[in-house]
Amino acid sequence: MGPISRTISRLYGPKAWTALAIAALVLFVGVPLANLVVPPSSPFHLSAYWVTLVGKIMCYAIAALAMDLVWGYAGILSLGHGLFFALGGYAMGMHLMREIGRDGVYKSDLPDFMVFLDWKAVPWHWWNTDHFWWAALLVVAVPGLLAFVFGYFAFRSRIKGVYLSIITQALTYAAMLLFFRNETGFGGNNGFTDFKRILGFPIATPATRMALFAITGAVLIGTLLLGRYLVTSRYGRILTAIRDAEARVMFCGYNTLHYKLFIWTLSAVICGIAGALYVPQVGIINPSEMSPANSIEMAIWVAVGGRGTLVGAILGAFLVNGGKSLFTQVFPEYWLFVLGALFIVVTLFMPDGVVGVFKRFKRTKRAADEAAATGIAPRTASTRTASHADSATASASMIATPGASEQPAR
Amino acid sequence: MTAGAVIHGTGTAGGASVGHLATGELDLSHGTVLTLDSITVSFDGFKALNDLSLAIEVGELRCVIGPNGAGKTTMMDVITGKTRPDEGGAFFGQTIDLTRLSEAEIAQAGIGRKFQKPTIFEHHTVFENLELAMKSDKRVRRTLRARLGAAERDRIADMLALIRLDGSTDRVAGLLSHGQKQWLEIGMLLMQEPKVLLLDEPVAGMSDDETERTAELFLSLAGQHSLVVVEHDMAFIGKIAKKVTVLHEGHVLAEGPLEQVQNDPRVIEVYLGR
Repeated sequence: MGPISRTISRLYGPKAWTALAIAALVLFVGVPLANLVVPPSSPFHLSAYWVTLVGKIMCYAIAALAMDLVWGYAGILSLGHGLFFALGGYAMGMHLMREIGRDGVYKSDLPDFMVFLDWKAVPWHWWNTDHFWWAALLVVAVPGLLAFVFGYFAFRSRIKGVYLSIITQALTYAAMLLFFRNETGFGGNNGFTDFKRILGFPIATPATRMALFAITGAVLIGTLLLGRYLVTSRYGRILTAIRDAEARVMFCGYNTLHYKLFIWTLSAVICGIAGALYVPQVGIINPSEMSPANSIEMAIWVAVGGRGTLVGAILGAFLVNGGKSLFTQVFPEYWLFVLGALFIVVTLFMPDGVVGVFKRFKRTKRAADEAAATGIAPRTASTRTASHADSATASASMIATPGASEQPAR
Repeated sequence: MTAGAVIHGTGTAGGASVGHLATGELDLSHGTVLTLDSITVSFDGFKALNDLSLAIEVGELRCVIGPNGAGKTTMMDVITGKTRPDEGGAFFGQTIDLTRLSEAEIAQAGIGRKFQKPTIFEHHTVFENLELAMKSDKRVRRTLRARLGAAERDRIADMLALIRLDGSTDRVAGLLSHGQKQWLEIGMLLMQEPKVLLLDEPVAGMSDDETERTAELFLSLAGQHSLVVVEHDMAFIGKIAKKVTVLHEGHVLAEGPLEQVQNDPRVIEVYLGR
């Protein structure tokens, strides 16, 4: 076996690869056809609303993958990932503002909000953002650098568990207050909006929308495979070992600071990219993206789908946000109650999320099949008790030290 | 630096190395692998270690006993970099100053530690536990691309046989019995190929049979490795001990062959007085 085919078989089995290929086919062929080619009168037509909604949720799913890498695998529960998402979004948003050119309300070279504040020039931190490549660099570098510096000091001081969660929460809250202020040059509480073009293409046309959708889909699949590569490597096994017994890892001779810092920074960068893809699709970025509730919601997506499974993070993002879209249309005033109830139900009854439930079901079924085949009385009752005991410990340790949710086959 | 370190510095001045370096090659030319020199550690005024001095010879098997709170675990914490001493020096060989290195650096230098409570990676398989512990390049960028070679697989297979877990290779370590976990942790330590093994209550919770085999294993390891064993099980100590150190209230109360130590009136006083 060559190195490439070895890597391919390491990442996923044939079944999962087939599922991934089908997903890619739907994203890159099915959706564009249904949206652009099939006429609106046909029942198979996919409206712009759906394309934007799924595109938006795919951005959330990328952020959820980033969250799962640090929480599910490294045991670092960040409640500030919304900040990295928003920073990526703001960097992209500023570029889109600059691309409006003189088509804004005030017909000025400066973005409208700057004219409104009577500014004469673009502030220093937005220097060069009229170039797409520079904005793209900011999308990656700003969340990455912030995460690196923050992570270095936090991990070096051995801050972990709830303490780290609280600090990350404070960080995103502080940033939100900063971005709310008009004089800091981030557009105040309105943020950036009213975009006209991206890379010269008009931003609201079906073709541009579809291109953004496809790029987001590609990044989502790419992130999934990258994450899978990481967690199936020795690095990934060390990461889960740090989650379970950090002292032992240190006394094995690993500098755990470097291990945590790498995944933490990478996770922030992925979140930044997700935010940058999100902004042109939804057409707005404002400080509410940094509100603590948004970051907590990210943790809920991962918890609902199943921590430490990657695919669960994607599933969770789709389930929760799909539910949110549905509920906010049908019973808008109850959504927050549903979200809260969801977190309680998942914590108490599904510590390994939806993926965990599937796995348990499969395990029970296999045990029953084996019992039937060998003629021995089924032991499902005891199997269930055992996994139930697992669940109890896992839910108790959900916040501070999440237990493992998956045993990757070697 | 402390007075103790200065004494050591002059002691090696005529040798190949000059003074104590934070890092450097392990120098065992003086026959001492581990030196604790007047170590004092206080926690909020309580002296967990009080002017503790101890020297372990190359290839020695040393047993450390003492009542609860005597400072045995704190001593291991100092050696492995978990706790920094307030005073005194800790040296690995002649040149490596342990008080300046991190836990990971000390482990890489060649000091392995087994915790009192078996600490293994419960969610990894037995094989993976040994794989992760194995002596190798432990930098992030190496582990991203690391693959097991045939020689490494053989090493793991040998270790599995030695710790009698070759039947549980792919078992999740959390499902092992308590005694098996102790053995796995010892195996993980050996995978690091350490010069010194610090073993904190290695036979706690083991069956008589397992204890017996552990004693055999330790005796076979002495010579190539230096072992420091902290234990309460006097029967076990009787099987393996050549030289015993008794700690009491953070310093060495008595040191010598087991029989001599057992008959020392001060030791009897400390143990019976409680």
